Amino acid sequence: MTTALSARYGLIRGNLSLRQKRVLWAWSFLAVPIAFYSIIRFWPTLEAFTLSFTDWNLLRPASFVGFDNYIRLANDPLFWQVFRNSAVYLLIGTPVSLVLSFVIAYYLDRVNFMHGFIRALYFLPFLTTAAAMAWVWRWFYQPLPIGVLNGVLTWLGLSQQPFLRSTVQALPAILAPAIWAGLGFQVIIFMAGLRAIPLSYYEAARIDGLSELAILRKITIPLLKPTIVFLVVFSSIGFLRIFDQVYNMTFNDPGGPLNTTKPIVLMIYQTAFKSMEMGYAAAQTVVLFLVLLVVSLIQLRLLKDH
Amino acid sequence: MRLRKIIAGLAFGFSFITANAASAVEIEYWQYVFDTRVKAMDQLIQKFQAANPDIKVKHTTFPYAEYQTKVASAITAGQGPDVVQLFYGWLDGFVSGKLIQPLPKDAFAQDKIEAEFFPIIAAMKRNGEYYGLPTAVRSLALFYNKKLFQTAGLDPNKPPQTIEEFIAAAEKVAKHDSSGNMLSEGFAMDMAGQDHQWWREVLIRQNGGVPYTDNDRKVVYNSEAGLKALQFYVDLQKKLKVGQVGFMDEAQAAFKGGLAAMTIDGTFRLGAFSSIKAFEWGVTELPAMNGVRSNYASYFANAITSKVTGEKLEAAKKFLAYVSSPEAMDIWMKVVGELPARRSAALTSANLADPIYGPFLKGLEYAHTTLFVDEAAQRQTAIDMVNRVLIQNQDPKEALAEAAKAEQAIIDRAAK
Repeated sequence: MTTALSARYGLIRGNLSLRQKRVLWAWSFLAVPIAFYSIIRFWPTLEAFTLSFTDWNLLRPASFVGFDNYIRLANDPLFWQVFRNSAVYLLIGTPVSLVLSFVIAYYLDRVNFMHGFIRALYFLPFLTTAAAMAWVWRWFYQPLPIGVLNGVLTWLGLSQQPFLRSTVQALPAILAPAIWAGLGFQVIIFMAGLRAIPLSYYEAARIDGLSELAILRKITIPLLKPTIVFLVVFSSIGFLRIFDQVYNMTFNDPGGPLNTTKPIVLMIYQTAFKSMEMGYAAAQTVVLFLVLLVVSLIQLRLLKDH
Repeated sequence: MRLRKIIAGLAFGFSFITANAASAVEIEYWQYVFDTRVKAMDQLIQKFQAANPDIKVKHTTFPYAEYQTKVASAITAGQGPDVVQLFYGWLDGFVSGKLIQPLPKDAFAQDKIEAEFFPIIAAMKRNGEYYGLPTAVRSLALFYNKKLFQTAGLDPNKPPQTIEEFIAAAEKVAKHDSSGNMLSEGFAMDMAGQDHQWWREVLIRQNGGVPYTDNDRKVVYNSEAGLKALQFYVDLQKKLKVGQVGFMDEAQAAFKGGLAAMTIDGTFRLGAFSSIKAFEWGVTELPAMNGVRSNYASYFANAITSKVTGEKLEAAKKFLAYVSSPEAMDIWMKVVGELPARRSAALTSANLADPIYGPFLKGLEYAHTTLFVDEAAQRQTAIDMVNRVLIQNQDPKEALAEAAKAEQAIIDRAAK
């Protein structure tokens, strides 16, 4: 009896190698976040797929409607406008913010005078709540007599601009603070990337008499590639998911005027929580998910080392 | 063995707790968070419990943004409130989702409801049954800045009564700089505020039309009256230049900042405007046009949820009767500033003579309610219509037709 027991015990206790024990430990620690993510993230995500094939409106039990929501989406002119808007946020936002943050990081890297302070200044907007920032910018853009920007324009003898009240200017006007807010983070990542490049490469290049521009093209940028890949994917997802800035800056006419600033996420929000069309909103979410997936895959492919 | 003992102990404990609770029926009341509304309801509950010691009312509140979602998901899950507050415009959804039940006729006789409440109570009736009763209602009125009136040479105690006087006053007060930039509005224009209600239920009717027919299921404002009403509204900015959509961001901010002489807003704005220190303001009825007065009224009603039966139902009936009693309406008006929903409680000589409540109350007599299926989306069609004319210079006639089509589509989809 006792020998059998101790033998069994030994099987559990002693017969595991150190490696196996480590793996067991690692998994037992990982189990908690994995369970959390599966229940809080992945399960609702899968649920959204099922939901998108129903007409659930929160009040009535859902019934299966096949591809109706997707067909309606394809025929909804608002969806295509919103899709275009999101593409514009992405296609302007990502390159502009990347170039700006690289230029800032590149020169900031060479500045020693008050380096920490300047870096903090750039990082500060990233720490600010998007909603609070959006409201401040919203007041900047107001017409006379309270709008700061229009005050400056008229002081210079120029005519007032409608900014948020224009179907053409509103989107860039909202994009500007969104880019500004993300800049600090991108600058920090770029600077970390720049610092990681061994100084000996630069020294060797200078001894060989390469110009600064050539050094930038031949050494800095190629070696920054992993950083650039990360930032392109990260900021693309950010601009495709833009919401706070738009919602707060066009609060009374969300995504307006005339839907010219409305991104997909805002349309999803309104469909789900204003019109209570959960099934239709879920279909929009699935489309957004697929778009994000495709965009990220393409970027990873294009920017990967060959 | 031990487990069994624990279970038995727990069961005993539960039975003890429930037995204790059974001596007092507990019902749950839900409304959204709004400081004065919560305060008023707490007072009402206190008084109700004092009069009915065998009933306990639990008061739960949620932020407005998530209120409707919470209510719907809780009730469909068989939980949540016994008595619930809902916006009149949500009724269709609540009825078709079977979230609430018709008011029991033994406690709430239909002929009494119709005789005692303002006519807008009709918005609570579906298929011959009433589904809820309001404590208070809100209507619109014209707010005006007495200081700006005086500086412009207008009598601060004689606000405009007709649309002609309204235009004359607006033109006199509006100020522009040398390049034509607006410095101060005669009338604060804001379609996203209350102006869409003014256009829909007031201006269209004053021009001889109606906004909808078939219980507001058919859009008919794509008519001459609708066009005249829209033309009048956009001309305030385009032709008369007495207002500018987006000036000071929103109408209430422009008025509060002392940069708009007039604005149309509801009783719910009284609280925000009461903090104005820089100038004195007054309230008057919405101006008459072509000899016609009209107004838009809305309200939150209280209803009994569908899951309530037995002794809880009896308690809920008592509670609902109390919160829609004249006494409750009086408390509500004093604390929240909203108008009593019963004629007898509202139209007292003291109330009618009140310089602030008077004009709102007079408006209730001829007010209309719009039976929205999706208020946010329907409001959006009106906002977009005006924006197309003001920003994109679209012909008002086309803008109107487009809006009517878009709104009809929203209504049709909701009816499915």
